[in-house]
Amino acid sequence: MITIEVNGRPIPAEKGEMLLTALRRAGIKVPTLCHIDGLNATGACRMCVVEVEGQRGLTPSCAFPVADGMKVHTHSPRAVTARKTIVELLLANHPDDCLYCNRNGNCRLQYLAEELGVRQRRFAGDRTRHHIDASSPSIVRDPGKCILCGKCVRVCEEVQRVAAIDFIGRGSKTKIGTAFDEGLNVSSCVNCGQCIAVCPTGALSEQSQVKEVLDALNDPNKIVVVQHAPAVSVTLGEEFGMAPGADVIGVMTAALRRLGFDRVFDTGFTADLTIMEEGSELVHRLTNGGRLPMLTSCSPGWIKFVETQYPDFIDNLSTCKSPQQMMGAITKTYFAEREGLNPTRIYSVSIMPCTAKKFEAGRPEMGRDGLADVDAVLTTRELASLIRMAGLNLRDLPPDTADTPFGERTTAGKLFGASGGVMEAAIRTAHYLVTGRELGDLKVESVRGFDGVKEARVQVGDLNLGVAVASGLGNASRLLDQIRAGRSDLHFIEVMTCPGGCIGGGGQPIGANADAVRARMQKLYAIDADESVRVSHHNEAVQRLYAEFLGAPLGEKSHHLLHTHYAERGVVS
Amino acid sequence: MAKNDLDAVLERYPNASRDALIPILQDVQQELGYLSRDSVVRIGEHLNLPASKIYGVATFYNQFRFQPQGRNHIQVCRGTACHVKGSAAILDAVKRELRIEPGQTTRDGQFSLEVVACIGACGLAPVICVNGEFHAGVTTKTVGKIIDSYRRKGSPNDGSDHETT
Repeated sequence: MITIEVNGRPIPAEKGEMLLTALRRAGIKVPTLCHIDGLNATGACRMCVVEVEGQRGLTPSCAFPVADGMKVHTHSPRAVTARKTIVELLLANHPDDCLYCNRNGNCRLQYLAEELGVRQRRFAGDRTRHHIDASSPSIVRDPGKCILCGKCVRVCEEVQRVAAIDFIGRGSKTKIGTAFDEGLNVSSCVNCGQCIAVCPTGALSEQSQVKEVLDALNDPNKIVVVQHAPAVSVTLGEEFGMAPGADVIGVMTAALRRLGFDRVFDTGFTADLTIMEEGSELVHRLTNGGRLPMLTSCSPGWIKFVETQYPDFIDNLSTCKSPQQMMGAITKTYFAEREGLNPTRIYSVSIMPCTAKKFEAGRPEMGRDGLADVDAVLTTRELASLIRMAGLNLRDLPPDTADTPFGERTTAGKLFGASGGVMEAAIRTAHYLVTGRELGDLKVESVRGFDGVKEARVQVGDLNLGVAVASGLGNASRLLDQIRAGRSDLHFIEVMTCPGGCIGGGGQPIGANADAVRARMQKLYAIDADESVRVSHHNEAVQRLYAEFLGAPLGEKSHHLLHTHYAERGVVS
Repeated sequence: MAKNDLDAVLERYPNASRDALIPILQDVQQELGYLSRDSVVRIGEHLNLPASKIYGVATFYNQFRFQPQGRNHIQVCRGTACHVKGSAAILDAVKRELRIEPGQTTRDGQFSLEVVACIGACGLAPVICVNGEFHAGVTTKTVGKIIDSYRRKGSPNDGSDHETT
């Protein structure tokens, strides 16, 4: 531990760490535009410049290591003027259409312009004109609003190992784009939306389907059915000023009903259904010499990643559809039959923490007779905007509960929202399927928590299983590389595209830091600890669905409705 | 473009890492005349780098082109002396005449356009260079005539097995 002097006061710092880290720990606010926690500093934006005594120019605190006794001035007139000038220069090439921007009120550039008191356009000049890339079903890129901080490039390459985008060109013509400057839809992009989550401006956003959903809600001939993913209820509150990890399940359900949705279902129900199918599939593979390790298939970004970059692992992927698509499939079949509805009248909406789910819903195999199982996917953010549009106040609404027959979930299904949750739920059920007994106290501590890769050995009857959990595609791909290189001790691997799992998804409220994601995770664990039905095989509604409609897991009906296939994608990567 | 040319270049860089990227790009362009889509992808595979990265690096440098050169290759000098003598307007005139941007080739494969920083003929400014022949004191009025003269003449190496992709 060393001591540095900041603005005349001593603060502690750790040898070797960057100045910005020490400042943040001491609660001293130095703004940044390009900084990403946990990744190396690039010093691209220069917003974090401070005066360090003895240094000639201004010093970017993100990339400058602390030294014992150094004297720092974070808000000297010179530092503040420099920051303000940077913002003014960025604004000189910015469209100034905040009122029409999806990040209005939630934009770092706008926030800093306000904080630094920018009140007039000091630099005027030609603005770069760009085409908006709306080719992707998940992500819209508007390079006109881009400030070239490079966060999207780094997240895509360093965290996700996808590297769909990079800086193209040079000087004032520099922009962010894909290989050959083509649409995102034909690139190696997996639609995860982590780029949106880190973008300081409105240059990246989800492909909004709010209008389609409103149209459906206003169509008297449509029965509009909505499902919400396990990770949504523990994050939506943040959009309305609540603390990270607040669970708003009851009021969210009430809000969905007020918005006019005819049925509110819980994707946790089909998460339990997924476990019945996937657990059975795992046992089947283990006992029949199937391809191992089996890889989970809930996360559509991960699926596309395997299809493009690891096609040799396609046969390892579980054939189970994701919970979203299972819900879509049984909604337009079993539910339609039960209610005597023509499936064409049903409009099926899902609320997801995810942008890749929009892509998944549009996959041609995800439906039948030309009818998609899921018609529209809204992110957590889009749901928040619908709720605001309807003038609903989450704090005032009386809580409500989900509808039958797909409203019931166990805590195992709820755990799907966090990295390791699918694994934990699957182990609980696989143990029961193999031994006929429940697994000890049910908790599988070794697959919990925030680590990028978690591994464990689990005893299921006579089987000693090697399991691994990875979140963030970079972590997943390192694991696959080990397996390609001959590693053979693993039987089952859960992969979530986004770091931390769906709670850290690309469709979640903007601006969440690691602590916020941890709080969301803790909430899911708390729900698991507090409720009584904690295993998917004891979801009575799921059992009823098997008895009345599906038959048995991996049966004929399941095969048609709940399982799918994958194919190699020849994209440039 | 024969794939063998590309293979031949890549074979000269066994076990290469990212620091070999620019020499490889230069060699490939030397062999093929441009960086084809396929070659960018193959270089990426060879160096274990994403195609977006290769494309990003290649677009940073003016020397790399992504379309085959035309039968007539026009270089417009944008060096300081030429700039002072109005080369920006010359470039605009050429772009208008050919309806292409620098780095591109006309669809009939007749002309390609490149902007160069200084061609070393400042005394002749503003200057353009077609197939290695210098044209001095170009004006926006004479650009069209110069281009027409090559259109009539055709390529210096007409009859070659030029392909467009």
